[in-house]
Amino acid sequence: MLAFTLRRAVQAIGVMFAVGIIAFSMFRFAGDPVNQIVSLDTPAAEREAVRKSLGLDDPVPVQFIRYFADAAQFKFGVSYQFRQPVSALLMERMPATLELAICATIFAMVLGILMGVYSALKRDTMLAKLFQAVSLIGISLPTFLIGILLIYLFAVTLGWLPSFGRGEVVKVGWWTTGLLTLSGLKALIMPSITLGLFQMTLIMRLVRAEMLEVLRTDYIRFARARGLTTRAVHFGHALKNTLIPVITVAGLQFGSVIAFSIITETVFQWPGMGLLFVQAVQNVDIPIMAAYLLMVSLIFVTINLVVDILYTVVDPRLRSTVGRAA
Amino acid sequence: MTEPVLSVRNLQVEFASRRGTLRAIDGVSFDIAKGEVLGVVGESGAGKSVTGLAVIGLIDPPGRIAGGEIHLAGLRIDNLPPEEMRRVRGKRIGMIFQDPLTSLNPLYRVGDQIVETIRTHLNLSEAAARRRAIDLLAEVGIPAPEKRIDGYPHEFSGGMRQRVVIALAICAEPELIIADEPTTALDVSVQAQIISLIKRLGRDHGTAVMLVTHDMGVIAETSDRVAVMYAGRVAEIGPVQDVVKNPLHPYAKGLMGAIPTLAGDDKRLMQIPGSMPRLSAIPRGCSFNPRCAFAFDRCRVERPEPLARGAQSVACHLYDNVPAESAA
Repeated sequence: MLAFTLRRAVQAIGVMFAVGIIAFSMFRFAGDPVNQIVSLDTPAAEREAVRKSLGLDDPVPVQFIRYFADAAQFKFGVSYQFRQPVSALLMERMPATLELAICATIFAMVLGILMGVYSALKRDTMLAKLFQAVSLIGISLPTFLIGILLIYLFAVTLGWLPSFGRGEVVKVGWWTTGLLTLSGLKALIMPSITLGLFQMTLIMRLVRAEMLEVLRTDYIRFARARGLTTRAVHFGHALKNTLIPVITVAGLQFGSVIAFSIITETVFQWPGMGLLFVQAVQNVDIPIMAAYLLMVSLIFVTINLVVDILYTVVDPRLRSTVGRAA
Repeated sequence: MTEPVLSVRNLQVEFASRRGTLRAIDGVSFDIAKGEVLGVVGESGAGKSVTGLAVIGLIDPPGRIAGGEIHLAGLRIDNLPPEEMRRVRGKRIGMIFQDPLTSLNPLYRVGDQIVETIRTHLNLSEAAARRRAIDLLAEVGIPAPEKRIDGYPHEFSGGMRQRVVIALAICAEPELIIADEPTTALDVSVQAQIISLIKRLGRDHGTAVMLVTHDMGVIAETSDRVAVMYAGRVAEIGPVQDVVKNPLHPYAKGLMGAIPTLAGDDKRLMQIPGSMPRLSAIPRGCSFNPRCAFAFDRCRVERPEPLARGAQSVACHLYDNVPAESAA
């Protein structure tokens, strides 16, 4: 078990190293960084001074090692547009993105699993068919359109919810949270639905398909032949077996929730990392783009690792084969 | 004779399909007495398993029991409300399925699955149910049961898993056990152990056993009586030594002729020409007539009803009291 975790951790570091190379090469291929820092009429001597002060005259491998060593300590250089350390900017924005992503994922998981189980168990009812139809809409409508429709309905027409921003936030240590104020919670509703709707429909369809599959297995038939109650068969035996693939997908989807949040954050002017990234792209602010790339990959890699470990917790068969292989 | 544990009368099971209703079981009747083992034998698709599932009430839509009656120790069970039938399953009828590898939920310890079943049917505390589970595992021949009870199904071999499945089937002391091909997925050496285990359990507890198999050897070794099924009907039923030594129905004769013997290596195994009809194309009259060497006109028109011949009962016009010119 420990060996398995360590092996996966080493693989994760390998992936991060590869992403680091890509992030670093962005600086080399997106033009001369010095040109982006200084103004057009800066004399050549001054440019050289800037170049030297930034260490850009060192050989490329030395620069790369320095960049990687800094990145490992969450130092990503200084933003061209804000003239502030990138890590400080990211840290300031991260709570907004994470709160949004977590709320969206909880929304997607809870509703997705409930609707999926219902439509598998009562597959011929009107409600189950309605869920199927709605899920088709959720899968096919693009995120920004759902966001705009929600804003039109609940913010513009009904005026119930704010159309943009995070509302009032409270500082807990360095973390700013919108979960403790009413306006913060109200501001969270529409972006969470917008961001989580696709995942919800995905999870619902996955749970439904898996559940139907599991209900056909021999051990479910045997559980019924043992005279267990319907509830024990459905929720004790079938649901647990259904959740294994759901954990994987939901876990991996959490990464894309964070990545997709770029669009949702733009639509709702949500002050998170995604919005920061979009602004950075518009202003060719490479340190922010590179740092964002690294952060998102780190989140993806971490989630993958956690999902692998969770797997072995749920499925005993994996636990022993993993133990034997190690 | 006292009342049989299981009494099936004129059972009919139908499956609704796109091409109309298919009748998988058509007028099957048999009894099983206390402590008796009834072997049910026949080719794949003859309706053996469906009969077992009908008795335990697990025919899933689009299938349904279309007619007949099933009585368990006097109680009619084919039309019980689902919740009452659930209480009968596992408590009064235990079932063993074919594949022990897939019968157990892989995510739960075997002990948890046994305790869960015990506590569903018997009013026992967690600790008492666990003690009972250990006793059951010991009874079905699992070594070191107090240790193995906390193992997961994948940590057991096929034969050991089938023993766990049997422990699950008998955990509430049922009056009837339905064993659906319990040895088909197992090694030959393990098969013998499982068969003698089922036989011993039936004897020790006075449990009636319905043993579904296509293996005549298993039937001959285990059963008291045997029912030969063909295309959803009982072709012949009787004491096992009579049916094996002196089969009456041409199909039963064919089946017995197809058993290899160690001594008879000088002649080829007998083979029944053709194959069993599909449910959508069961011939008129006797369903066996296209494959039967003794078929005559009446077989192609009229369906034979069971006729008593000593202890045996056979559904064949050859034995009808009305003499037929070509009777063998």
